[in-house]
Amino acid sequence: MSNQQPMTMAQKILAAHTGREHLAVGELVDVNVDMVLANDITAPIAINEFARLGVDRVFDQERIALVPDHFAPNKDIKSAEQCKQMREFAHEYGIVNYFEVGRMGIEHALLPQEGLVLPGEVVVGADSHTCTYGAVGAFATGMGSTDIAVAMATGRIWMRVPETLKIVYVGERQPWVGGKDLILHTIGLIGVDGARYQAIEFTGPAIADLSMDNRLTMANMAIEAGAKAGMFPPDDITEAFVRSRAQRPYRTVGPDSGAEYARTIEIDVSQIEPTVSFPHLPSNARPLSQVGHVTIDQSVIGSCTNGRWEDLQQAAEILKGRQVHGGVRCIIIPGTQEIYLQAVRAGLAEIFVQAGAVFSTPTCGPCLGGYMGILAAGERCVSTTNRNFVGRMGHVDSEVYLAGPAVAAASAVLGYIGGPDQLPEADA
Amino acid sequence: MSIRGRVWKYGDNVDTDAIIPARYLNTTSEQELASHAMEDWDATFAANVQPGDIIVAGKNFGCGSSREHAPVALKASGISCVVAENFARIFFRNSINIGLPILECPEAAQATEAGQTLEVDLAEGTIRNMDTGETYSAVPYPEFMLALIEAGGLIEYTRRQLQTEG
Repeated sequence: MSNQQPMTMAQKILAAHTGREHLAVGELVDVNVDMVLANDITAPIAINEFARLGVDRVFDQERIALVPDHFAPNKDIKSAEQCKQMREFAHEYGIVNYFEVGRMGIEHALLPQEGLVLPGEVVVGADSHTCTYGAVGAFATGMGSTDIAVAMATGRIWMRVPETLKIVYVGERQPWVGGKDLILHTIGLIGVDGARYQAIEFTGPAIADLSMDNRLTMANMAIEAGAKAGMFPPDDITEAFVRSRAQRPYRTVGPDSGAEYARTIEIDVSQIEPTVSFPHLPSNARPLSQVGHVTIDQSVIGSCTNGRWEDLQQAAEILKGRQVHGGVRCIIIPGTQEIYLQAVRAGLAEIFVQAGAVFSTPTCGPCLGGYMGILAAGERCVSTTNRNFVGRMGHVDSEVYLAGPAVAAASAVLGYIGGPDQLPEADA
Repeated sequence: MSIRGRVWKYGDNVDTDAIIPARYLNTTSEQELASHAMEDWDATFAANVQPGDIIVAGKNFGCGSSREHAPVALKASGISCVVAENFARIFFRNSINIGLPILECPEAAQATEAGQTLEVDLAEGTIRNMDTGETYSAVPYPEFMLALIEAGGLIEYTRRQLQTEG
């Protein structure tokens, strides 16, 4: 069609996966998927529902990823049973991308690292942070277990073609301001339902040179604004990240010029400080200078949001030659075994242990109040994770303050929420 | 199909950690999940909810995690229907997929109070407040979703489709 309407990135990727030239916003379509994901807490329901479908095979043994990461290494007997159910399903159906403890990582750190989620692809996962893969230019979205059961069986799932919110970041980033600060600020601006049912395109000169680790952090939290997907149009940084890892051929897809957006907003990043989201919503974002004196009991650095190499590097830069405050438990969790090994080899593990921090095996653990850092009544945690809902990390009367790794590491030393600029000189 | 039940009223942004805290996601037992429904948000809910009761809430109900355990816990607790100003999208999908009736209706959500009785006609999409006599119309479902609901959820719908495809 010569006079075809220009399309957003979401429309174009979904059109390519429905065999259509053009898709309009609002259409309900059956979409072919490139990768299907579940974890140890969502897979059990998906496996039970899969059994009800009456099929004897999965649609593609290489396009399903099962990752025991939430309550693994097994936190209790019930979790062990759930992991066992997933392991046995993976074995029975010949799932190639099952990652055992010792090889696994936090799913949304692991899959991009392994080149299993690629530009232009459609990825669905039984985990809301599946939207992380928008950083590599995929249309990736979280769903429930029943959806994932159907996708595992058929390789297809129904979707509504979303409208798109385009965010244009302009200006110069301030020191210590990373992807986490940009996305917390953005959610503060538009609210936890500011992009409900929409796709987001993250664009603009201020993020053109933003590293893949920082992009993954931003796309990861698109769901915290209610978005269905949050995507970075592919560029040289995407290509450099994906080229050596890709396990399949792929075709990059960006938006057409002249595509229609539900809304376009411009954000001047030069006005953004290191940012902290107060309890109990990610949208309660405040610049660090307006945080006041908030003492903490715990600092968590890790998760699918900020457990990547650059996050650990930043934490190490701050913790090197310093000591975690006596009243603080500092828990550092690398996203994957590869990052863990890199941290050991580069001396980061030693810096963390010398500073008096925990350096753990990969797990989602504390982020969702599973284990490895649960809060008691009245306790406060500054955390690089993604949610600070009531009771999210433990007791209903505990509090979680969301921040990036620089603030979380600096706060661990200070004993209260603060930034690297507030720290005394480190020992040589 | 008509539903009649007593109202539990909640505000905006009821997240899935509020509906079922993650610490209980080490099970798929519906009854066990139901026994912890709404625990961190409303400690009186699980012990007092009656079969047929209806949750009425504000904006963005079910935001946060993708856990299907959330609508499962509500359904197993006896909740017959959720009426809200609007829903987070994954919770919306999950509810349709497992057969928990949910209706988007800002007028009813705003006007209804805790303890009142609602009568909901799912086929018509109407909500009648038996205490005030007011009647409201919910946002209608697209045809495809009605087919999902009529089939009894996504699994049953897909099973029929697979059989047709042979």
